[in-house]
Amino acid sequence: MGQTITEKILAFHAGLDEVVPGQLIEARVDIALANDVTAPIAIAEFEKLGVDKVFDDERVLLVPDHFTPNKDIKSAEQSKILRDFVKKYELKNYFEIGRVGIEHVLLPEQGLVLPGDLIIGADSHTCTYGALGAFATGVGSTDLAAAMATGKVWFRVPDTIKIVYHGKLAPWVEGKDLILHTIGILKVDGALYQAIEMTGETIDTLPMYGRMSMANMAIEAGAKNGIIIPDEITLDYVRPRAKRDYKLFTSDSDAAYCRTIEIDVSSIRPQVAYPPLPDKSRSVDQAAADKIEIDQVVIGSCTNGRIEDFRLAASVLKGKKAAPYMRLLIIPGTQDVYRQMIKEGLTEIFLDAEALISPPTCGPCLGGHMGILAAGERAVATTNRNFVGRMGHPESEVYLSNPAVAAASAVLGRIATPEEVV
Amino acid sequence: MDNIEGKAWKFGDDVDTDAIIPARYLNTSDSDELAKHCMEDADPTFAGKVKAGDIIVAGKNFGCGSSREHAPIAIIAAGVACIIAPTFARIFYRNAFNTGLLILESAEAAKAIEDGHEVAVDPATGTIKDLTSGEQFKAQPIPEFMQKLLDDGGLIEHWRKRLAS
Repeated sequence: MGQTITEKILAFHAGLDEVVPGQLIEARVDIALANDVTAPIAIAEFEKLGVDKVFDDERVLLVPDHFTPNKDIKSAEQSKILRDFVKKYELKNYFEIGRVGIEHVLLPEQGLVLPGDLIIGADSHTCTYGALGAFATGVGSTDLAAAMATGKVWFRVPDTIKIVYHGKLAPWVEGKDLILHTIGILKVDGALYQAIEMTGETIDTLPMYGRMSMANMAIEAGAKNGIIIPDEITLDYVRPRAKRDYKLFTSDSDAAYCRTIEIDVSSIRPQVAYPPLPDKSRSVDQAAADKIEIDQVVIGSCTNGRIEDFRLAASVLKGKKAAPYMRLLIIPGTQDVYRQMIKEGLTEIFLDAEALISPPTCGPCLGGHMGILAAGERAVATTNRNFVGRMGHPESEVYLSNPAVAAASAVLGRIATPEEVV
Repeated sequence: MDNIEGKAWKFGDDVDTDAIIPARYLNTSDSDELAKHCMEDADPTFAGKVKAGDIIVAGKNFGCGSSREHAPIAIIAAGVACIIAPTFARIFYRNAFNTGLLILESAEAAKAIEDGHEVAVDPATGTIKDLTSGEQFKAQPIPEFMQKLLDDGGLIEHWRKRLAS
């Protein structure tokens, strides 16, 4: 019996020829990462283990991106725990303010996470790196602590759901829309404990940023990981960035899947996920017809914080202004994305549109800071979660969309289609 | 683990970790501080009313969303002894074991037990008794490997022993 890419990567890292779904394995990790929210607990647990070093000082990555620049005294103290740990154990890959970016935009960009890797992160959106052909999954702080010390983690090998995308994308339809549509089919627990492998002719031509948006939200269907088999598009992205060797895995033609879903993308319109769950996706035309007035638009995050996302937003915002009383927030994912936005004149377009350009941070996505909603307020965001209270007051609401829909909505002050503005 | 007896607090499907402990409180990992806000965005009165030994009975996919271990930490510190649900989100499931929070999968019990009922749980056998209605349920057995981790005193203790030997 053939193996899926997920099974092969897990088997390789467990030192086995093959694995089967349900099997418990102890696997070697290539990268263990955490952020300023999750690392303090991981560090406290790590210190209980009685070891005097991390398993590899180049492969434990701490990225203070959630509540930074430090939003208050408590957050400053959390960040300081990371910094002190990095100094104590002489970690080589730490990103201070000025170099830091949103972890899942930053680490692929810097070539620190690579195809074939087994990556765990104390952040649920660690699954983003599946877009590179890696096995990447979120864990809690204690699992991370054990891996920081030992370089090992246990897993139950998941079944894989294969999702095959056919057809050509309509204008303004992005990887974000494909994944929102997919979560709408699977529902928020439709892939619980399972892997999602995304494949088909649509994926074959989908650029890396769109693939990253898709793998990023695999967790929103409950999946353990989302993965795309690496190809030339992957290699074009990885080659100039990779800081070390990597390995390409693929799925065998006779690999076993627990479920296969075929999706014809040609009729899919941009999607909007209504609160309070990411699976409440509808077409943007429905959302526009519902005349949903909004107070804030957030463009950025680990889902849509890459340069291509801002090009898309700028293509809608060029020569336009945000609606009266609209707070339009642009949050580049990394310093490199920020710099590129300036070089290409995108910042000019955003400033002319009366957008606020934020430093790279997770910020409002999780209701941390830099754009919190009051009771009764609504936002359109290119982020990944629209749970109750996600961006602020429990009586505020978040609608999820791609950057073009978000930009159009900022201009019209209500959820709008890009065609209404461009 | 000792037997558990407490009042059931019912919650719906897909309770996410933002509802369990909103991010506005994640600037600390102090368990007592987190406990004050436990389940706040699902039921703002919960943290003030829950008593030590009480039980959360929830719908499917409990603990979905963020990987924040603050969620099980807040629940434990609030005094909750056990969670019963048909299914748990996978990261929360691991985190619960790693932090020592007892979670039991039983679709029947999760459906039948009503808010405010007195419930008794025997962790050793996975037996759940609704003392108010008299009904009895059996939870899914804890996987052998997870049981071994629990017997070792959790993941950190498990590794501490292995690293020392």
